[in-house]
Amino acid sequence: MNTDLLISHLWVFLLATFVGLLVIRRVSPLLHTPLMSLTNAISAIAVVGSLVVAGRQQSTLSTVLGSVAVTASMINIVGGYLITYRMLSMFRKGKRGK
Amino acid sequence: MGAESWIQIVYILSAVCFILALNWLSAVPTARRGVLTGVLGMALAVGGTLLNPGIVNYTWIAVAFVIGSVIGVPMAMMPMTAVPQRTALSHAFGALAAALVGTAEYFLRAGGAEMDRFTMGALGVEVILGFLTFTASLMAFGKLQEILPQRPMTHRGQNLVNLGVLAAAVVLAAWLVVHPGSHGLFLLMCGLALGFGVLLIVPIGGADMPTVISLLNAYAGLSAAAMGFVLNNKLLIIAGSLDGSSGLILSIIMCKAMNRSFSNVLFGAFGQVTAVAAAGEQKSHRSASAEEAASILLNASSVMVVPGYGMAAAQAQHKVRELYDELTRQGVNVKFAIHPVAGRMPGHMNVLLAEANIPYDALLELEEANSELPQCDVALVIGANDVTNPAARHDKGSPIYGMPIIDTDKARTVMVIKRSMNPGFAGVDNELYYLDRTLMLFGDAKAFVADLVKEVDAQGGGRG
Repeated sequence: MNTDLLISHLWVFLLATFVGLLVIRRVSPLLHTPLMSLTNAISAIAVVGSLVVAGRQQSTLSTVLGSVAVTASMINIVGGYLITYRMLSMFRKGKRGK
Repeated sequence: MGAESWIQIVYILSAVCFILALNWLSAVPTARRGVLTGVLGMALAVGGTLLNPGIVNYTWIAVAFVIGSVIGVPMAMMPMTAVPQRTALSHAFGALAAALVGTAEYFLRAGGAEMDRFTMGALGVEVILGFLTFTASLMAFGKLQEILPQRPMTHRGQNLVNLGVLAAAVVLAAWLVVHPGSHGLFLLMCGLALGFGVLLIVPIGGADMPTVISLLNAYAGLSAAAMGFVLNNKLLIIAGSLDGSSGLILSIIMCKAMNRSFSNVLFGAFGQVTAVAAAGEQKSHRSASAEEAASILLNASSVMVVPGYGMAAAQAQHKVRELYDELTRQGVNVKFAIHPVAGRMPGHMNVLLAEANIPYDALLELEEANSELPQCDVALVIGANDVTNPAARHDKGSPIYGMPIIDTDKARTVMVIKRSMNPGFAGVDNELYYLDRTLMLFGDAKAFVADLVKEVDAQGGGRG
C-alpha cells in the first residue's frame, strides 16, 4: 500500500462513516435491536477477505484460518439476516377502536 | 474488461445495497425491504469474491458454508429474551473472522515486499481490535447467559493493569510496523489483545451491557474496515465503517440515557454494591393485593406500563400481553413507556413486547411517555427500578443523578411489582416506593401479572 492508496482508502472510510452516521441517526429507537442484528450481518462482510484466504491454497495455516473465518462469517450472515427478518415480522400495528 | 473490473462493479452494487438497507431500516413499514436489500448486497459480495481468479480450491469454502449455515439457522430461531446473548456471540464470530484473516495475511506476507508499513499498521489495528472484541464478546455472552456472575468484579489497580496490557499490545504493533518479521512478537500481541478483551469485561455489570454490546458492535465493524485497508478492498472499508458508525451511535445513545461517559462505563464499575443503604432509617411503604390492584386498574381510563429487565428475566411478557388485552377490552387505554436502557441491549424491550404480540404503536419512547404520564391514572412498573427513581432529578448525591428517567411519580397512582423491598442491582434505594401515591405489589412478576389478569377478568366480567 503506497501513500496515494492509503489516502484514497481514508477518503472512502471518512465518507462511508458519515453516510453511516447520517442514515443510522434516523433509525427509530423501536428498531434498535433489529438494527444491531442487521449491522452485525453486514459486518460479516469479512467473508470477502476470508474467502480469498481460504481458497488461495498458499499454506495449510492460511487455509485452516481462512476456513474457520468463512464459517464464522457464514454463521453471522445466515443467522443475522434471518433473525432480523424474524424480529421485524413480529412488529404489527394495533387495531385501534376495537 | 478483466475479471478484476467486473468484481469491482459487483462490489459497488453491493455497497449501494448495504447503504439502502440501513436507510430502509429506519422505519417499520420499509424495514423488511431493508433486510432483503441487505441479503442481496451480501449475495453480490460473496458472488463477486468467488469470481476472484486467485481462489483455486472451493472444497473448504463449501464445507465452511455448510457448517456456518447449520449453526446460523438455530442461532436465528432463539427466543427474544435470548437476543442480547445471541448478539454478543455473533459479535464474537464477526471479530474472530477479521482477526483470523489478519493473522493469516500476516504469516503469508511477513518479511516479503508486500508487507509495507501502512499495511502492517492496518493489520495491527485489525488483529488487535478483532481479538479483543472476540474475547470481550465471549465474556459479555457469559455474563448475559449467566454462566459468569453478572456482578462487576473489581480489584485494586484494575484499570492500570488493563490499560497497561492494551498499551503493551499497541507498542508491539508499532514495533512490528518497523520490524514486521518478528513472528514471536506478533503472536504475543495477539495474546495481549485476547487478554485485554477478558479484562475489559470483568468489571462491567449487567446493567451496563447495552452500552458494552453497542461498543463491541462498533469494534467488530472497525476491525472489518481495517481489513479493507490491508486487502485494498473498498467494499470492506464501506461495510465495516457503516457497522462502526452504527455501533458508535448506539453507544452514545445508551450513554446519554444513563447520563454517563464512555470512560465511566468502561472503567467506573457501576452497579457495584455500595454499602450506603441507610440502615437504621425505616421508611414506610404501602402494599396492595392483586384484587385491590385489579380494581384500581379497572377504574382507570389510562394506564402506562413501565417494563424493565425484571420483566424479561421473569419471562412475564406474555402475561403482560394478556393483561393488555383484558384491560383494552374493558375500555382502558394501555400504553408502554420504554426507557432506552431498559433491558440488556438497545431496543430489547421493544422486540420482547412485539414478540408477545403487543402492537408497536402502543410502545412510547421516553419523551413521549413523560408528556403523557401527568394525565395517566396508573403507572404500572414491572421489573424496572433505576429508570423510575425520582432521585435522578433532584438528589445530587445519588449515583444516578442526572439520568433521564420515566416520570412515573407524576401519574395519579403508581403500582410497582417487585419481589421485596431490597434495593436493585445498582444498590440504589428508589424513593418512588415510599411515596403516598405508590402501592407495592409484592411477588414474582410473571405470577403477579397472571393474578392480575384473573382478577381483572373476574371483576370486569360483570361490567363487560
